Amino acid sequence: MTTTFEAVAEIISETSDIPLEEITPEKNAFTDLGIDSLDFLDIAFAIDKHFGIKIPLEQWTEELNENNALVDEYFVLSKLCARIDEVIAAKDA
Amino acid sequence: MLLEYFQMIDNVEELDPETGSILARADVPMESPVFEGHFPGSPLVPGVLLIETMAQASGFMLLSRLKFEKMPFLANVTGAKMRTFVEPGAVLMVKAELEHDGSGFAKTRAEISSDGKKICDSRLMFRIMPFPNETLKGNMLDRFSQISRSSAE
Repeated sequence: MTTTFEAVAEIISETSDIPLEEITPEKNAFTDLGIDSLDFLDIAFAIDKHFGIKIPLEQWTEELNENNALVDEYFVLSKLCARIDEVIAAKDA
Repeated sequence: MLLEYFQMIDNVEELDPETGSILARADVPMESPVFEGHFPGSPLVPGVLLIETMAQASGFMLLSRLKFEKMPFLANVTGAKMRTFVEPGAVLMVKAELEHDGSGFAKTRAEISSDGKKICDSRLMFRIMPFPNETLKGNMLDRFSQISRSSAE
């Protein structure tokens, strides 16, 4: 069964044309992989579609704007995937 | 349509904010300063303005869905196809449907037809953001009221 990280890595690779082997759990989508906010909307769209969820980007952005030190908490891929798992679990609950 | 003022939509024929669909009408004028340059001696509606027309129809649908609390801004145009020329006097029917209602963004599929023939189509993505000021919000509400009212008359 494909893990959340594997699925997200494939989505990022396809939408942003980044080699799959460069996409590892400790990478930050923005600062390490060079994804910008517009690219991330495409990624968010593909994640929403793939998992049948709506990742709360607006809420995350608001939280980030309140405290920039938290960027890694949202966009390091291992943590992003953990948050996605939380959204999936909340949907299935 | 007032091409030079980017007023592309003349009339909302059908609108369902819940499901996210809109059918709007856009009457291409016989004359416009735009036609003086595009093209001299052979006036055609520029393809970028057809994309803008699809974006505005999508935008009014999203605005009504958002109850004018936030503003959709065009962010991405994917797979736009201009299938035929649009000349002065054409009557355009603009259809847009919500493809995905994301958090802080939305995607639509839109197309324009005339006399039952498809003119162009595209997928569009919008960033959903706060209105930058109350003036814009007021103007969008006024414009929406105008193009919605004309369908009821």
